[in-house]
Amino acid sequence: MSVLKHTRPADGVVATVNGAPLALEGAPGRRLSAALRGAGLTDVKVGCDAGDCGACTVLVDGAPRCACLMSTAQAEGRTIETLSGLSASGETAALADAFLARGAAQCGICTPGMMVAATAALRAGPPDDDAIETALAGVLCRCTGYQPIVDAVRDVVRGRHDPAPDDEGHVGASIVRLDGPKKCDGRERFGDDVAPAGALHMRIIRSPHPHAAFALEGLKAFAAARGLVALTAEDVPGENRFGVIPAFADQPVFAQSVARFPGEAVAALVGPADAIAALTDVPVRFEALPAATAPHEATAEGAPILHPGRPGNVMCRGRVSCGNADAALADAAVTATGRFTTPFVEHAPIEPEAGYARRTGDRLEIFAATQAPHMDREAVAAILGLADDAVRIVPTACGGGFGTKLDLSVQPYLALGTWVTGQPVRLAYTRKESMQATTKRHPADITATVGAAADGTLTAMTFSGTFDTGAYASWGPTVATRVPVHASGPYRVPHYTATSAAIHTHNPPSGAFRGFGVPQSAIAQEVLFEDLARALGIDGLTFRLKNALRNGDTTVCGQTFPSGVGIAACLEALRPHFDSARRVTEGTVRRGVGVAAGWYGCGNTSMPNPSTMRAIARPDGKIVLHQGATDIGQGANTVITQIFATALGVPATAVTLVGPDTDETPDAGKTSASRQTFVSGNAARLAGEALRAELLRLGNAGPDATIRVPALTIVDGAREQTLALTAPVEVSRTYDPPTEPLDENGQGAPYAVFGYAAHMAEVAVDMALGTVRVTRMTAAHDVGRAINPTLVEGQVTGGIAQGLGMALMEEYIPGRTENLHDYLIPTIGDMPPVKTLIIEEPDPHGPYGAKGLGEHVLIPTAPAILNAIRDATGARLTAVPATPDRVLAAIKAQS
Amino acid sequence: MYFAPTTVPDALAALQNPGVRVLAGGTDFYPALGDAPLPAIVDISRIKGLSRIEVSPQGISIGAAATWSDLVRAPLPPAFDGLKAAAREIGAIQIQNAGTLVGNLCNASPAADGVPALLTLDARVAIEGPTGPREVPVADFVKGVRTVALEPGALVVGLIVPPPPEGAKGAFIKLGARRHMVISIAMVAAAIALRDGRVSHARVAVGSCSAVATRLTALEDALMGTPVDQIAKLPVADHLAPLTPIDDVRGTAAYREAAALELTRRTLEEAARA
Repeated sequence: MSVLKHTRPADGVVATVNGAPLALEGAPGRRLSAALRGAGLTDVKVGCDAGDCGACTVLVDGAPRCACLMSTAQAEGRTIETLSGLSASGETAALADAFLARGAAQCGICTPGMMVAATAALRAGPPDDDAIETALAGVLCRCTGYQPIVDAVRDVVRGRHDPAPDDEGHVGASIVRLDGPKKCDGRERFGDDVAPAGALHMRIIRSPHPHAAFALEGLKAFAAARGLVALTAEDVPGENRFGVIPAFADQPVFAQSVARFPGEAVAALVGPADAIAALTDVPVRFEALPAATAPHEATAEGAPILHPGRPGNVMCRGRVSCGNADAALADAAVTATGRFTTPFVEHAPIEPEAGYARRTGDRLEIFAATQAPHMDREAVAAILGLADDAVRIVPTACGGGFGTKLDLSVQPYLALGTWVTGQPVRLAYTRKESMQATTKRHPADITATVGAAADGTLTAMTFSGTFDTGAYASWGPTVATRVPVHASGPYRVPHYTATSAAIHTHNPPSGAFRGFGVPQSAIAQEVLFEDLARALGIDGLTFRLKNALRNGDTTVCGQTFPSGVGIAACLEALRPHFDSARRVTEGTVRRGVGVAAGWYGCGNTSMPNPSTMRAIARPDGKIVLHQGATDIGQGANTVITQIFATALGVPATAVTLVGPDTDETPDAGKTSASRQTFVSGNAARLAGEALRAELLRLGNAGPDATIRVPALTIVDGAREQTLALTAPVEVSRTYDPPTEPLDENGQGAPYAVFGYAAHMAEVAVDMALGTVRVTRMTAAHDVGRAINPTLVEGQVTGGIAQGLGMALMEEYIPGRTENLHDYLIPTIGDMPPVKTLIIEEPDPHGPYGAKGLGEHVLIPTAPAILNAIRDATGARLTAVPATPDRVLAAIKAQS
Repeated sequence: MYFAPTTVPDALAALQNPGVRVLAGGTDFYPALGDAPLPAIVDISRIKGLSRIEVSPQGISIGAAATWSDLVRAPLPPAFDGLKAAAREIGAIQIQNAGTLVGNLCNASPAADGVPALLTLDARVAIEGPTGPREVPVADFVKGVRTVALEPGALVVGLIVPPPPEGAKGAFIKLGARRHMVISIAMVAAAIALRDGRVSHARVAVGSCSAVATRLTALEDALMGTPVDQIAKLPVADHLAPLTPIDDVRGTAAYREAAALELTRRTLEEAARA
């Protein structure tokens, strides 16, 4: 009998990996993905360990397989190819060029799997569009919406090469993202790619119940017997409490006495990899307690209170009011009212939270994927009881964030494990842990009424939203504040009252997710506006255009923008597409068209929100930008550099980037609220202008002089002078957007800048099955100024994919959909062609007029799709996701 | 322990080890494993001949290690078109290159995409074990959710499909909430043969609408002799009586009933299309 024994490495498996024999270590039954990564091939990414995401796609004897679904022994004698080995080959090198040109790699975590799968398709002969879809369908991407990827593969098939981009790379140029090449050849290092060999591993013990008591006696002895260290709440040297908003910080690193949501950490075990992998039957006993898993349960009489001091489980409320909405509704010629519900939505970045930590003397260093390095530093320092500067946060590449990596995840556990053991410790959440334990989009239960005059002029709106904020505060207060400010949409609503309540439940903490509650409120508002348009016999686009905010109009917060209000331009840009779209109102498959709009204020709401950039001209002539804004795939590294280079007057490629790294880069704030292009971009502009002024001063040159690199030659008319710097010239500049506080009625100036968007969805609905296929999206976005149009388009296609998922398929059910086959995100086959229409209404505050974009994109998508379903079928959906059973029920209900 | 036998007898010997698990394509094995410690494994992917798909006058045999991609590539009669359509809908290419038909059957998920089509082919399961070889019809092999009629120490070595009736053509339609890599809300497979414009052979089976994929035998009987242009109109709700759909995250029971009826009509129409 041929038997491979489990002893190692004597019986190690030898495969031909990337052209050379490689002995793979570990048990023969170990996943091939783990063995390859253990051998240094970290270009094989792990997103789910279940074949659901395809990030670990490798070629086995030429055929694409998920390396997470193969044993190491099954690779014996076979030929394995990964991206890092393929990247020199003809097809793959051409793919890399095309991926870069098209912006097909955003965060880059799915890129290796995508490129390997695409390579197999190209080798099989030139694939047509169907073959491209089939070849790539097994790899999930959460950033791009797939269109840039499909375009890139098509380019290779057609042998198309784009002309070389503008070599200055200034504002307005679609230069290749500066961190792109390493994402396309497997060199990029994400959270789980950086730990040193021999780092200790960790297993977190989590509550299986929504609300549970638990007992940890025996855990320390259990750990000691296995050479492990057990960590519990009593091992936290500082505060066993964290939260992104200091006044609401309420989440323990390890639960004490009770656990308040399924998946909450109660303890952890740290030790050698083998001992952690062998763990079973960890002696922690849980006892389920009565739980409130929905806001109506949590606010009922006698419900268990999650946090003393928050009576009724009400964490906070928000309110914006102007005029007299009730009176105006009573006077309205037409009104529409409705109740709308949305579920938990999971960010599902393809990279689960991961990182490692090490102790260097009395300092702690954490290398992990994050959206908020300086916030992480403060929070970890408080947990360890250290000064802020005793903690260093070095963000790795971030394999998708979308808001979820704003909060701490692995960081406190890495910190404690390392602090207690003195050893480097690594931790990567499993997909299940990532889904259980990190934040979600708030479920919403919204009741709203809107009214209009007979001529279609909006007169009033009332809005009341209850948001399930889960067990801990996270960004719940932000959602409660933002929603009433935005729930009118970008329209004139003279009489308006909107309230929100964030309610604690025994559910996962709801936090920040692209749009902070606004995508939920937009569903209610835009479906109700459709009601009004229909009641008045006006088409949806005309109705919206009639009521769209214009320059000089007053918002529901009493704010007036004299310029830069681009929503009407967005809606007008949709007109030719709206008029020519295909509608079919008979037969089994009906086709319809729907429109929705959105707006979003960039940056914190009425609070300080500074970013600082430091720029240095070195004696060797190098220009260095200490850039601390984390690039989570959206392109901050590139956009901020383009802005800085434009202000300084050098090519973008002449700028050397340092950071992010809390030891090296000043605080550029968090990557959230669509603020990095606007706020950090402004700081980069100011730093560029300041460095330029300083260099020109040193060169005794006038303001129109040119700076030439690499020798820092100042050219002023006919005069040329090369600066001989004896010391670095350093500037640091901060930008903080001008806002004003909101009063008790939400009146004030919440944001310096809003961005605007209008989407048009075209759908085909199967009347007998209730299935919906989105056939085209047309998306008009006012970005003020497109710093990099390719990156703008990438944000649009990617945001639409998330909006489409929210509209049609995404629903996280705690304890039930904790994987990527029960929780569905769109695949390549779900995405329609997206036509992006870039509108540039410059904002006076934005750098070169630019506004934020990231969150704006998915706000109008879901309501546009719901309105299109209604146009096609007459069915009015008030709950998302609009799954086939819900759509069919709605079709039957109205017929 | 990790056993990688190259013969069936060696595999059966390895299966005598307590707690041992069979590994073939890994597409169900590893997701179910999660981060638990590895069990003892018998990897049957290197058994000689076990990946073969062979057509003979006695029928078609599909080895236990044959993958969905192997099936798609195999030249098979049109009665297999439904099974091949199911193969193309399983996960995506990475899964089809790894996952096996027999693994799909043995995993015994109510949503196993291969089972309805195997039922329409009257497929039998070939088993070898301590008590010798035996064959069991697919309908008798899958007993319930995650339960199959396989005694400890026994191994499914393949599937045997009797020669399909002349002219039989298969079809399969799967309904999911997204394109690609999706667990079915409902699915229907059918195999139809026509003689002189009327149905001379009919098999219809529905998956994801009961604990085990189920044949609609009353519908099959009613279809016999039906003129080709009447086939799609024939199915009515009563024919779905054997189904016991449930509410779950993918859809309601009521929806599944409505969808199964519609899918049945469409699948029959496709199978009857020349």
